[in-house]
Amino acid sequence: MSARNDRLQALLGPTDPQVSCEECFERLDEYVELELEGADAEARVPGMRAHLDGCPACREEHESLRTLAGR
Amino acid sequence: MTVAYARLPVDPSEAWLEALRSDGARRRDAIADLHDLLLRAARFEIGRRRAALSFVRGEELDDLAVQAANDALVAVLAKLDDYRGASRFTTWAYKFALLEAGVRLRRRAWQGREVVLEPESWPAFADERPSAQRTTEDADLLRELQRAVREDLTPHQRDVFVALALNEVPIDVLAERLDTTRGALYKTLHDARTKLRRELAASGYLQEDS
Repeated sequence: MSARNDRLQALLGPTDPQVSCEECFERLDEYVELELEGADAEARVPGMRAHLDGCPACREEHESLRTLAGR
Repeated sequence: MTVAYARLPVDPSEAWLEALRSDGARRRDAIADLHDLLLRAARFEIGRRRAALSFVRGEELDDLAVQAANDALVAVLAKLDDYRGASRFTTWAYKFALLEAGVRLRRRAWQGREVVLEPESWPAFADERPSAQRTTEDADLLRELQRAVREDLTPHQRDVFVALALNEVPIDVLAERLDTTRGALYKTLHDARTKLRRELAASGYLQEDS
């Protein structure tokens, strides 16, 4: 993908259906533990990955929770 | 920590719930333990973001961690009945502290900075690629995107898109300045992005599914 497309993608966000910020927070702990178990977290919480791709604040919280819970 | 929940002969999450729902000294101890847990999570988050806050004194950052843990404790206790056991209790509780700490850190990092909502911020995007090096196609695409932002978005959608997507203002900072919520702003951003994609696709600059 070209740098232009990367920039455009960042501006326009993901196209896949995604959960809201509220749903993301609601199920973030479940999603993270499924990831840590090696389960298909996206299948169990559809739309979470697209939301994390599009929302930097929720993405930061996901990264932190994953690191903290995985210790 | 007063009680080693992970070493109890019952499920640690159940042990947390039972202790937090008990009375007297046992409940007080459990609340103190929970506060310790949340404070560790808040400090962890602040440690991760410390580089972006090098201008803030360590004492102030620790105050932020304590405030985040305090508010997270209130939230966890208020929502205890919402815990359904989909994760460990500690993972569920951590997310409240990470949210509180993250919001405080983003707002502290932008304290005193102006949030630009106006289309004048467009040049910041254009300048990333000097015109001489940009292909005609890139320039046309940029012009069409600018036009769509200017003409096809509502004023509120335009403000939110410019601030969040173009100027990379943290969503919690914008939510505070506009007296709204992260969720409401993200919904507006999502609607704006959908509209822009549709416009770019209609003009032939983007495939509908890209």
